Amino acid sequence: MLIIFYIASAVAVISTLLVIIQHNLVHALLYLVVSFLAVAMAFYVLGAPFIAALEVIIYAGAIVVLMIFVIMMLNLRQESIAQEKKWLNAQIVIGPVILVLVLAGELIYMVSTEASITLTDQVIGAKAVGMTLYGPYVIGVELSGILLMAGIVGAYHLGRQKKKVTHRFLEKQEE
Amino acid sequence: MDEAIIDKLLIIAGVLGGLLLVAPGLIWLERRLLALWQDRYGPNRAGPFGVLIVLADTIKLFFKEDWIPPFADKFVFVLAPGIVVVTVLMSFIVVPFAPGVIVSDLNIGMLFFLANSSLGAYSIILGGWASNNKYSLLGSMRGAAQMISYEVFMGLAMMGVVLLSGSFSMHTVVEAQKDMWFVIPQFLGFVIFFIAGIAETHRLPFDIPEAESELIAGFHSEYSGMKFGIFFVGEYLGIILISAVTVALYFGGWLGPDFLPPLVWFSLKTLGFICFFILLRASLPRPRYDQLMEYGWKILLPLSLLNLVVTAGVVLVNKGI
Repeated sequence: MLIIFYIASAVAVISTLLVIIQHNLVHALLYLVVSFLAVAMAFYVLGAPFIAALEVIIYAGAIVVLMIFVIMMLNLRQESIAQEKKWLNAQIVIGPVILVLVLAGELIYMVSTEASITLTDQVIGAKAVGMTLYGPYVIGVELSGILLMAGIVGAYHLGRQKKKVTHRFLEKQEE
Repeated sequence: MDEAIIDKLLIIAGVLGGLLLVAPGLIWLERRLLALWQDRYGPNRAGPFGVLIVLADTIKLFFKEDWIPPFADKFVFVLAPGIVVVTVLMSFIVVPFAPGVIVSDLNIGMLFFLANSSLGAYSIILGGWASNNKYSLLGSMRGAAQMISYEVFMGLAMMGVVLLSGSFSMHTVVEAQKDMWFVIPQFLGFVIFFIAGIAETHRLPFDIPEAESELIAGFHSEYSGMKFGIFFVGEYLGIILISAVTVALYFGGWLGPDFLPPLVWFSLKTLGFICFFILLRASLPRPRYDQLMEYGWKILLPLSLLNLVVTAGVVLVNKGI
């Protein structure tokens, strides 16, 4: 099982890297989907099948679809690809790469000094996740509920249409 | 190899072969049934009852020019038709055909089904976007909105069954229906699930992503030859999938009187739902796009939430708190 976890993690890292360096936005989002699927696989191997399924349903299935939806409406084509190409040059990459290398060095040091990590066989099902969410973490659930409610009210406000009156005499009286 | 692995391989081969044989057969069934309900003959020349029309159609599709438009995004254009077939076939992994005849009884079976149906939306979205054609793009945008919203009601309707059986595994759900099929306590859930299922497979009356009278053929306007054929087969596989899952969740799966084997019961019930899909096509007009979205969010969402709350309450009371 450990080897499956490492393969899935490698796919996740590589595809996320490709998300950043793609010039075409929709292709980048496709790699993002692959990345989410790989993360879901890693969750599954680590013994969290419920979280793995939710990762696919919510992130790969809904959120990225909405992103693609927006990008399709913007109708970006050759110009945007050219612009992306211009932005992504070697000089910009140098800074982040150095910083990431520092982190990677620390990670390798930590992994090499710690005792070897073993995967637990314990599977955390839907029930355990639910008990935790509505037990110790209930405040987080409530807060995210309030946040979503605010989002819905905001979307309703933005999407509201003024009442249309089509009669030619009444048209001017409406605000 | 030990016997368990050979058994699994046999089941996989059987399911795959059966589905790929039945899906084109449905095209013939649909044309004959539509003809019957519209008082005409339908295809009846090639072979007995015209069954061989399917073979003729397939050969025709193979020999058609497989044209990729020069303005299309080639990689995504070729990828899109495959996605729908792969995701639908993956969903069949968790469908229990008979006791023990299931590819893998995952303990997150229903979520696996939902995950695959949400990934299936990419087929429409990417196909329409890669075609680089305004009708295709309109179709794929409609499809994206439709499939994302109806998936919500589908999931919520399924939760009623999960509450009653206490498991996400479809095998357990079918076994929990020994005394009573879930269609009786979960009738509202069944109706919502089935409507959402029609919208997920974008079949008539909810076929607004392709809507041939306004968008030519919607997301697959630019597709020809076998790529169009794969979209078509994917659609029919989707019909079989939704029918099979409806049977498993609400109509007792393989359960039935003893004079027929379980597999036959399952197939008969599924066939009934497939015919119902075709009857819907023959009898209902297509709603407008905004009507479809309004119907979903203003009627189906409150109803499915109500169904969930009432079911949860009843289960809680029955357990004696």
